[in-house]
Amino acid sequence: MHKRWLVTAAAVATAGLLAACSTPSAEPASDEPVTITYGIWAGTQTPAMQAIADAFEEENPTITVELQELPWPQYWSGLQTGAAGGTAPDVFWMLAQNVRPYAVGGQLLDLTDAVSEAGVDLADYPQAVLDLYDQGDGKLYGLPKDFDTNAVWFNKAIFDAAGVDYPADDWTWEDFRATAKALTNAEAGVWGVAAPLDYQGGYYNTIFQAGGQVISDDGTTAAIDSPEAIEGIKFWTDLQADGSSPTLQQLSDTEAETQFEQGKVAMYMSGAYWALKLYDNAEIRANVDVAPLPVGEKRATVTSGIENVAYAGTKHPAEAAKFVMFASGADAAQIQAESGAVLPAFEGTSQIWMDAMPEFTNLHVFVDALEYAVPLPVQGNAAEWQGLQADYLTAAWNGQASAADAAKAYAEAITKVLAQD
Amino acid sequence: MTSNVSSPVRRPRRTGLGARTDWWALAMIAPALIGLAALYLWPFVSTFVKSFMNVPVFGPGRFNGVDNYAKLLTDPEFWQALGNTALYTVLVLVGIPLAIVFAALIQQVSRGKAVYRVLFFLPVVTLPVAVGMVWRFILNGDFGILNYVLSLVGIPGEYWVADARFTIYAFAVVGIWMGLGVNLIILGAGLQSIPTELYEASSLDGANRVQQFFSITLPLLSPSIFFVTILTTISAFQMFDLVFVMLGSVNNTALPDSKTIVYLFYDAAFVQFKQGFAATIAIVLLVIIMIVTAIQFRLQKRWVTYD
Repeated sequence: MHKRWLVTAAAVATAGLLAACSTPSAEPASDEPVTITYGIWAGTQTPAMQAIADAFEEENPTITVELQELPWPQYWSGLQTGAAGGTAPDVFWMLAQNVRPYAVGGQLLDLTDAVSEAGVDLADYPQAVLDLYDQGDGKLYGLPKDFDTNAVWFNKAIFDAAGVDYPADDWTWEDFRATAKALTNAEAGVWGVAAPLDYQGGYYNTIFQAGGQVISDDGTTAAIDSPEAIEGIKFWTDLQADGSSPTLQQLSDTEAETQFEQGKVAMYMSGAYWALKLYDNAEIRANVDVAPLPVGEKRATVTSGIENVAYAGTKHPAEAAKFVMFASGADAAQIQAESGAVLPAFEGTSQIWMDAMPEFTNLHVFVDALEYAVPLPVQGNAAEWQGLQADYLTAAWNGQASAADAAKAYAEAITKVLAQD
Repeated sequence: MTSNVSSPVRRPRRTGLGARTDWWALAMIAPALIGLAALYLWPFVSTFVKSFMNVPVFGPGRFNGVDNYAKLLTDPEFWQALGNTALYTVLVLVGIPLAIVFAALIQQVSRGKAVYRVLFFLPVVTLPVAVGMVWRFILNGDFGILNYVLSLVGIPGEYWVADARFTIYAFAVVGIWMGLGVNLIILGAGLQSIPTELYEASSLDGANRVQQFFSITLPLLSPSIFFVTILTTISAFQMFDLVFVMLGSVNNTALPDSKTIVYLFYDAAFVQFKQGFAATIAIVLLVIIMIVTAIQFRLQKRWVTYD
C-alpha cells in the first residue's frame, strides 16, 4: 500500500519535472486557446493598453491578453524576481536604462527572425530609440512603443502677470536665465523655473547643448566632468544660485511637475509624457503652453522611449512575438495617439497625438525636436549610475560645491560602475 | 526532502505499532516540515552561500571568499545606515511605554473596548505604501497639515521628509503609530490576565492607582512587555518601506543620508544587481539582530518577573 503510493507520487513528480523541462513548442497557435500576460507599470496609459489588448484579441480570437499592472516602485524588482523565477510576464515594457542586464542575462526573447518574417520595417521607428536598445550583438530584443523628447512647459498666466514675453523659438540660455529671474516673485511664492536634479528632463539636455557628453564615445568612462559638460550642469546650478527655482529640498518634498500644476513655478523643462496630465487638469489647461528647449552652443534634447519586449522564458514565444509586433505596430500606435497618453513611436502617428489635445497648439515642438535629438546615455548598468546622482550632485545644486567638483566626483563614481560591466 | 520523509517506511519493521506511530508522526509533521524547509531553511542556506559569492542578476555566480564582507564592513555607507537603523530602533521603542499607557487606559473603559482596539489596530492592517503616502502629505514642508498646525502656534515648520536631519524621526513617528495596534493587543491580553484580587487586596491596604500601577501592573505585565520589545526591535531593524515610500523617489536629496540597512539590501539586489553583496547585507543584519536579541534575553533576567 505504502509502496504503491510512493511509486505513484514519484511518477507524478517525474512527470512534472519533465513537463517543466520540455521546451515549449514554437509553433504558432493553431486552435488551442492561449493566454499571454502583458506587464506594464500603472499610470495614465492603462486604458490605452487595455484597448490595444482588446484590439489584438479581436484579430486573434484564440489568444487572450491579460494586463498585469504593477505600481512603478515595484515594477523593476517584480520583473527581476519574476524573470529569475520563471514567472515574468510574457510581454512587458522595458526602459533603455534597464535593458542591458536583461539582454545580456538572456532574459529577453530574440525577435530578429519573427520581425523579419512578419515584414516589420524598422524604418517606421525613430532610429535613436532603436539604437538605445541595440546591444551590439546583432539581435533585436524589442520594438519601440513610444518616444519622448523634451521641451519647456510654461504657464502663460504667470508670464502675463509678470509682463514677460513668451519664449521665442530660438531663445538662448541667457534668455532662459533672464526669463526665469524676471518671473520669480518671492512675495507671491512664485518661481520662474523648476531646477530639480533631473537627468532626462534636465541636465543631460543642457550638457549636450553645451557640446558635452555624459559618457565617453567608447562607453567605458564618464565624460560628465569635461568643461562642456560642466557648463551644462552650471546651467542648473546658476538657476538655483539666482533663487529662480524652489530649492532642491522643496523639489524633493513636492515634485517639480506638481509645483508646476499648482502654479508655483512658471517654467518646467521636461518631456512630452506630461501632456495628457496637464491637459486633463481643467484648472490650468488654458494657461499651459510649450516652447522648444533654449539653444546653447547648439540645439539638443535627449530622447528615449519604452520598448515592448518578450520574456525568453515564455511558454508561448510565437504568440508573445506576435503581440509585441502588434503592440508596437500601426493600429496600436493609433490607439495610443488618440488616447493622448503618449507619443507613439510608429512613424506618422504623431499628428493624431497632437489632435487628441487640440487646445495645446504647440505640441509639435516635441516632434520637431527629433531632428536634433540624441539618444539618452544608457551605457552599462545605467539604472545604477543614474541612481547615484543625488549622492554627488546635490551639493552643487545647493551651492555647497562647485559644479566642476561635483561633476568630477560623480564622473569617478560612474566610471567605477561602468568598469563592472 | 522526500527521502527524509520516506526513509522510515523503507526501513525494516521493528514492531508493528512502533513503525506505524513513526510513519504517522512523520506524515503528520511533513507538510509543516516541507513548508518550513522550502520557505525558510532553503532560502537561508542559499543566502548564506551567496554571501560568499559574486552573483550576477541572471546566471550562475562564482565564489569570492570574504570579499563581500570586507567590502561591506569598510563601506562608510553601511555604518551610516547602521547608525540610522539603530536610531530608528531606539526611537520606535519609545512607542512601548506609550502602548502600555494606552492599553491601561483602554482597560479602564467599561464599554466599547473593542471599538478602541479596532481603531488602534487599523494602521496595522493598512497597506504600508498607503500609510507612507498619507504621512508624506501630512509632513510636506510647504503644504503639509503638520506645518500648518505648527504655524498656528508660531513654530516654524521644517522639511520633515526632505531634510536628512529629520527623516529618521519622521520615520519613527510613523513606525510607532503603525506598531501601536499590535502592541496594544498583546499588552491588553497581558493586562487581562492579571488577577483583579491583587488590586482589591492592595486597595484595602491603602495603595493608590499609581502605586498599583508600579507595584502590580508593571511587574505582572513584564513578560508581555519583554515580548513586545523583542518584536519591535526586530521589525525596526528590518525597516525599509517607510524610507522607500515616505521619501517619494530616488531623487529626494535626503535619501543618501536616510538609508537603512534593508534599504542598502534593496539597492544592492534590485538596483545594482549585486545579489551576492545583497546576501552579505542580509546575513550581517541577521547577525546584528541575533546579538541584540541575545543581549535583550540576558538583560530580561533583571526586570522580567515570571509568576
